[in-house]
Amino acid sequence: MPASLFPPYEDLLRILPEIVLTIAGTLVMVLEPALRPERKRLLGGIAIAGLLVALWGTAVANLFRGPAFHQMVVVDGFATFFRALVIVVGILAVLCSIHYLQRERPDSGEYYALVLFSVVGQSVMAAANELIMIFIGLEISSIATYVLAGYLRDDRRNNESAIKYFLLGSFATAFLLYGIAWIYGAAGTTNLVEIRRVLSTPELAPPRFLVGVSAALMFVGFAFKVSAAPFQVWAPDVYQGAPAPVTAFMSAGPKAAAFAIFLRVYMTAFEPISNRWEPVVWLSALATMFVGNFAALLQNNIKRLLAYSSIAHAGYVMVAVSAHSEIGTAAAMFYLAAYAFMNVGAFAVVTHFARQGEKYVDVDDLAGLGHRQPVTAALFSIFLLSLIGIPLTGGFFGKFYIFKAALEAKLYWLTVIGLLNSAVAAYYYLRILVVMYFHEPGEAAQTVSPVAPGVKIALWASAAGTLLLGIFPSVILDFADRSAALMK
Amino acid sequence: MHPVTNVHYMVLSVALLLVGTIGVLTRRNIVIILMSIELILNAVNINLVAFSHHFGDVHGQVFAIFVIAVAAAETTVALGILIALFRNKETVLADEVDLLKW
Amino acid sequence: MRHLWLIPALPFAGFLLNGIFGRRASKAVVNAIAVGSVALSFLWVVKTLLSLGGMETPHAERYFTWIESGILNVGFELAVDRLTAVMLLVVTGVGLLIHIYSTGYMAHEGGYYRFFAYMNLFMFFMLILVMANNYLLMFVGWEGVGLCSYLLIGFFFLRRSASTAANKAFIVNRIGDFGFALAMFLMVVQFGTLDFAGIYPAAAEMPAEQTAGILTAIALLLFVGATGKSAQLPLYVWLPDAMEGPTPVSALIHAATMVTAGVYMVARSSALFLQAPLAMDVVAIVGLLTAVMAATIGLTQFDIKKVFAYSTVSQLGYMVLAVGVGAFGAGIFHLMTHAFFKALLFLGAGSVIHALSGEQDLRAMGGLRKKIPLTFATLLCAAVAIAGVPPFSGFFSKDEILLAAHHHAPWMYWVGVITAAMTAFYVFRAIFMAFFGDSRGHHHPHESPPSMILPLAVLALLSLAGGFIPVPRFLEPLFPAEGAHHDFALVAVSVGAGLLGIGLAWLFYVSKPGLADSAAARLGALYRLVYNKYFVDEIYDATVVRPLIGGSRAVLWRGVDAGVIDGAVNGIAQRSRDLGILLRMFQSGNIRSYAAWVLLGSVFVLAVLGVMGGLR
Repeated sequence: MPASLFPPYEDLLRILPEIVLTIAGTLVMVLEPALRPERKRLLGGIAIAGLLVALWGTAVANLFRGPAFHQMVVVDGFATFFRALVIVVGILAVLCSIHYLQRERPDSGEYYALVLFSVVGQSVMAAANELIMIFIGLEISSIATYVLAGYLRDDRRNNESAIKYFLLGSFATAFLLYGIAWIYGAAGTTNLVEIRRVLSTPELAPPRFLVGVSAALMFVGFAFKVSAAPFQVWAPDVYQGAPAPVTAFMSAGPKAAAFAIFLRVYMTAFEPISNRWEPVVWLSALATMFVGNFAALLQNNIKRLLAYSSIAHAGYVMVAVSAHSEIGTAAAMFYLAAYAFMNVGAFAVVTHFARQGEKYVDVDDLAGLGHRQPVTAALFSIFLLSLIGIPLTGGFFGKFYIFKAALEAKLYWLTVIGLLNSAVAAYYYLRILVVMYFHEPGEAAQTVSPVAPGVKIALWASAAGTLLLGIFPSVILDFADRSAALMK
Repeated sequence: MHPVTNVHYMVLSVALLLVGTIGVLTRRNIVIILMSIELILNAVNINLVAFSHHFGDVHGQVFAIFVIAVAAAETTVALGILIALFRNKETVLADEVDLLKW
Repeated sequence: MRHLWLIPALPFAGFLLNGIFGRRASKAVVNAIAVGSVALSFLWVVKTLLSLGGMETPHAERYFTWIESGILNVGFELAVDRLTAVMLLVVTGVGLLIHIYSTGYMAHEGGYYRFFAYMNLFMFFMLILVMANNYLLMFVGWEGVGLCSYLLIGFFFLRRSASTAANKAFIVNRIGDFGFALAMFLMVVQFGTLDFAGIYPAAAEMPAEQTAGILTAIALLLFVGATGKSAQLPLYVWLPDAMEGPTPVSALIHAATMVTAGVYMVARSSALFLQAPLAMDVVAIVGLLTAVMAATIGLTQFDIKKVFAYSTVSQLGYMVLAVGVGAFGAGIFHLMTHAFFKALLFLGAGSVIHALSGEQDLRAMGGLRKKIPLTFATLLCAAVAIAGVPPFSGFFSKDEILLAAHHHAPWMYWVGVITAAMTAFYVFRAIFMAFFGDSRGHHHPHESPPSMILPLAVLALLSLAGGFIPVPRFLEPLFPAEGAHHDFALVAVSVGAGLLGIGLAWLFYVSKPGLADSAAARLGALYRLVYNKYFVDEIYDATVVRPLIGGSRAVLWRGVDAGVIDGAVNGIAQRSRDLGILLRMFQSGNIRSYAAWVLLGSVFVLAVLGVMGGLR
């Protein structure tokens, strides 16, 4: 095949979402200096438009399934699923941010560019079929998120969040890179399918030690990004310190994308040595659930509570990963979608309620919200019930599929402990409900302002998503089921 | 004179990795922690280039260039964050950044 | 299609209407929506059941496919068979009466629309629960009723105890739900389906050597769910506290419907339980123990609602005993009669409380017979029904259970008989303390409005005559009758036990304080014995009160209930917090210690994955 200087037309279509998002992000950056502060909200509109076009681009790309750019990226159902997921999370996050940003830092609009670039990175991660692309996607996403975490640069909490996220994140990524380097040394290729072929062919098999070390180091990087134990320490601090809409974004988008590469690498490249990594994932899932749920019991700050809860939810997804089957992969995909809706929704409420300078972020501040703003409280209740895992919400079916997959993989103990954990989890979510409905309205609830339009849309959309996944799970599950078979 | 083999490169790289890791853990100044992380990335690059040379495959070198580029971007961002931190807190010591805990 | 979906959908529409527009609507509109939706639902049940006729086979309707993933295919499917028919009539019928009653009872409370919205939502989930044709949909109803129960217990949220009680109910129920969920997963793994129609034949065909393990596990886990919902040992602790909710809630949810869901679920799963004799034994023994223990506690309570709450726990124990000994029909029969008389007891108690402007302590009542005669008359109907006096409803259903227990194991029958005596005693004790003797409070009681009296009257009629509804025979196609034949001696003994209980209550709470001539005349020979006040008091104190009341208070109520089980619940909560504190220690906020954790974690992963080559 004569190598052409220009990639074929189909290949470009296969990365259409990334192209669209990059153009939109650049546009935001170019327009930013030209707009007066009161008109910066236009940039939010551009960002949403860009994300919507990218969503359409994802659908277009999905028509041209297959590998592109010499197998560096691949468009399959799995990639499409995660691309759509991270783009939707991006839209919800931007909707939450517009009002927040005008309130906290009206003079700057790069925020939207950063969100767009972060989504580009996650989208690349979703489609990456090769270790270099995985690394680049991860870094594009991470660097933009580091900046976002510290976006309100005059706020000490933001500074601290950003510096912690950055230092620990790059430390863990360095380990990941080291693992990548070694597996390249062991297998002689960075393509996941090729690595799989090498590892599963006895004549070619590289030293067990080398492969084990690289799998372990890559696990460190991925587990860090998804905030799985024992690499979860950063998450509570970073989530608590970052601006609320950024936390909403961080806890859903980058996490989903990180799980995407985690699944793709471990279900493709490292599948031949699955009996070796399974116990590690198993232990990690167990520890993650425990750490998240039990530490959350003690929290008074809602952002920190939701941070621990997001660790716990990562633990449930890890259960699906350790099931190590196509059903498990599909369950993880479904769960991440449900989790994205309910978690972004919950953080949207926090964004709305926190007020100038994030003054009201304690659980007790919510006292009486159920009487002051019944609709907001009702929507928040839907998210909390979904996080608990009550039927008719996405969270219930998410857990249902995950534990079903775990049982089919004969992970009986993990299932039992996971179910017990989710029973414990009910307690801290319930506390929020109790405060909201059964306590007298306090100062914070008395002074609450009407919900900003963007946040309102985000809230209703997240609630609709949560309930849709709870009442008609087949909509997403069918797709996840059909997409769970990765290219091998 | 023994030829320099992959193993030699790997030993050098592991040594650099250890130096970097110890640096991250023991130094209090955030700038030095950053430099230590850069050391680990350089350890990675040595590996990549050595393997690339061994296989006669260009992927590793391309990867190394990407790592260098990304590391540059990371450092820029890190210094920006650090300056913001310094303006508010007047410190570059990692141990004094502990507003958020438990 | 007979549009079964309308049955739950109507209350749901009521919930939506009242929930969204209720705040701005007048009370009359809220009433009309809330009561009207349940009334229509009831009428639709009646119409559907009449048109379905004999229901030899279940009538199922599938609305859409809910999950289709791999081997598992679950539909949103409602079904009606004979068991469901009984449940539907009880739920919508009693539910309707309680809704009517609530319009009077809650008239002066704040958050009126909210109350009815929750009540309608509860009806929706309860109807889903009984009409579901697979375990998943049943679980939806199961969790949903728990949620509504939580909201309604905490309805008076200004009372701190109310929100604590609501929390307790929710958490304890979660433990039960954990069992249910696990059972469901095991069924998916074992049978590849969650449809009743798929599981039961498969379970029946399984060879015995396989059933021992897996089916016993499934049945026991399902029963864990039932112990949570139906307040059985050791998970019953939430129900007495749940009385913090408004009284109609206690009547509807914590007496007539939701708490019986566990019994319904076990009966529905009879095909599974019959294959697991070990599980059946566990069910029977837990039911019996619960019945005895709760009855003894009931003897000691002074809060009128607490007396009836422990009574509910005890009666639920009877039902669980029934299904445990294989008398599913009798269990459901008692479920129905219990719904009548216990709803009546609670609503009557509510009427008393309403008349006394919120007083719940029996010691502050007394002499109410003349002041609120209609309430007294209806409560008396409930009391004779629960005491098992022939020919009232409780007599028939309780005897069915006791005979089945005797057939299964005679000692169970005797324990049941003693419980029956205690039941009669504490119910009549409450009646006598409230309505007889001299007024001990400073209230000006007033009779309740007609909207409250009418449901009482209907329920009174049902409590008296409900025993003639041949439920066990109606259910025979589903649950083949056990070999128990009616043994007159056994029946006589249990009736005698009930009458003895009533007599003792009379002795201690009516004849003793006044020693009126009429009492002397009525009791005749006993009179002289009772006349000597000290003598009786001493015997009563020494032989009955102190050992029984003192003992049960010290050991059972304070010891077991408050000490061991509450202690265990609190202990688990405390340990969880301790674990949380421990885990928080890692979260020092220091970047370098975080980096150290990352490194330690990496070393661990490296050790497991890289060097050791896996743990397996």
